[in-house]
Amino acid sequence: MKRNTIFTIAAIIVLGIFVFVANTTFDSYILRILNLCAIYTVLGLSMNLINGFTGLFSLGHAGFMAVGAYATALLTMPIATKQMNFFLVPLISPLDKIVWPFLPALLLGGLLSAFVAFLIGAPVLRLKGDYLAIATLGFAEIIRVIFTNTQSITNGALGLKGIPGTTNLWWTFGIALFTIFIMVSLINSSYGRAFKAIREDEIAAESMGISLFKHKVLSFAIGAFFAGVGGGLLGNLIGAVDPLMFRFFLTFNVLLIIVLGGMGSITGTVISAFVVTIAQEFLRFLDEPMFPGVPALPGLRMVVFSALLMIVVLFFRHGLMGTREFSWDKLFGIFSKKPLAKGGTK
Amino acid sequence: MNVMKTDNITMQFGGLTAVKNFNLELNKGEIVALIGPNGAGKTTAFNMITGVYTPTKGRVLFNEKSIIEGKEAVKEKDITGLRPDQITGLGIARTFQNIRLFKDLSVLDNVLIANHLRVNSNVFEAIFKLPRYKREEKQMIEKSLNLLEKVGLAEHRDEKSNSLPYGQQRRLEIARALATDPSILLLDEPAAGMNPKETDDLTAFIKRIRDEFDLTVFMIEHHMQVVMGISNRIYVLDYGITIAQGNPYEIQNNQRVIEAYLGVDEDA
Repeated sequence: MKRNTIFTIAAIIVLGIFVFVANTTFDSYILRILNLCAIYTVLGLSMNLINGFTGLFSLGHAGFMAVGAYATALLTMPIATKQMNFFLVPLISPLDKIVWPFLPALLLGGLLSAFVAFLIGAPVLRLKGDYLAIATLGFAEIIRVIFTNTQSITNGALGLKGIPGTTNLWWTFGIALFTIFIMVSLINSSYGRAFKAIREDEIAAESMGISLFKHKVLSFAIGAFFAGVGGGLLGNLIGAVDPLMFRFFLTFNVLLIIVLGGMGSITGTVISAFVVTIAQEFLRFLDEPMFPGVPALPGLRMVVFSALLMIVVLFFRHGLMGTREFSWDKLFGIFSKKPLAKGGTK
Repeated sequence: MNVMKTDNITMQFGGLTAVKNFNLELNKGEIVALIGPNGAGKTTAFNMITGVYTPTKGRVLFNEKSIIEGKEAVKEKDITGLRPDQITGLGIARTFQNIRLFKDLSVLDNVLIANHLRVNSNVFEAIFKLPRYKREEKQMIEKSLNLLEKVGLAEHRDEKSNSLPYGQQRRLEIARALATDPSILLLDEPAAGMNPKETDDLTAFIKRIRDEFDLTVFMIEHHMQVVMGISNRIYVLDYGITIAQGNPYEIQNNQRVIEAYLGVDEDA
């Protein structure tokens, strides 16, 4: 027990040193990829809580991210930038005068997103399976259409530009780490067990005294909170948001990560978020013209991921990790020939 | 003293009346059985009591114990149409005819989940492991291990629940139901698919937990050996209608029951 705590702290320190070194030596291209990796970790974990651990097949993630991204962007943009952005219709007050620091803005973005999840969760979470997927997908599209049309708040289809690029490696890795901590702690708590019970068998869970509605909404809102935070990080990383960013494609990207990593595995999601995000960059050559005389096929690299998703769904239903998790005991169990005593060595 | 009764509960599915005017009365500490041929409406009656179905007509009444001014008071409460989780919260736990364990979770987790309804800590206390939650979690684990010990599954606690043999899965389901702190335990065919040895064990087991946990047991069962061996009283359903009730001896000699099970000789 104690040994594991020491290793965990050591791993966090190593990660801290890595972030420090990376921040000072790596070029902006690699930094961008690393930032995206960490943001997709947050997004993947939040979706995995809803889809993987609670068994609610929700496709509304882009909607939650949009709420978080817009809220964070609007709260952190300097007043002058806001005036430049809203040249057609002025931004409503008091938003035009507020400038918040990054952290409270992110938190409010997350809370707002959780609140929206609570509002739509109440009616929608009575549905199951495919119907829930369709309803949540519809919700995400509705959010996008609303954001396109509420010009005095979101600047409509023009989007927001010049968002301060506060997001850096410290923010993304810090928040990713925080999200991992919260998720691990939640999943291993009594509430997490209740979520898993709902995933395994709703009828049995209900007759064991678990209120389905309360726990589904809870899981949905916590997931949406982190989706909102992830959206906020993304907006302030890229520096611009517009409604077209939050199409179904974004949800698909996150879904791809959790399916490849394993629905119901935190470890799987983290590994998969890094692998998928980095692979998406390395496979960019597929979008460029490869043979002389053959025109380029933009979007070819996404075909790789679609094919991969099909292969995984057909042949490896449990993804990379299934529902298994990383632990120090298991890691050392691989290296030491002797089997460990139950509960690890003391 | 009765702990629960139903007042003419009736369940209709469209034009079909699955159960008609079922009047059940459970007295404290009894083991009561519900028998009847296939399709008689036994599980439907169960589902009305546990909130899976809302009866088309009639009421389900539960005697809720509460302590008022230091004295124990019993108040009759109408629980018709409450949700299954609310009914479990009041102290009526059930098992299922076709085992419904949380298959991919460990034996211990299965029992721990049933403790969740008594957790007072909120989700933040649980995430940040605040003192109240830590205390509750510790109590929960102790209680669950204790229960597993009593049903003889303690050494299997880390195994996946669907890797257990059939008889043990049945026991685990009962242990899980017990973890919700019930006063009434409803068992839906606990001996289904068991061999004679397992059936004997189960009979003794049900009696033991009844005494140990101060329970009232209401069960659906087909094994006549089990039913006649442990029931204080028996209700017989046929096509949704209660055709007989009484002690095992009376039921065994009831002409209508014999007819329902064996059929009527038309030449006679």
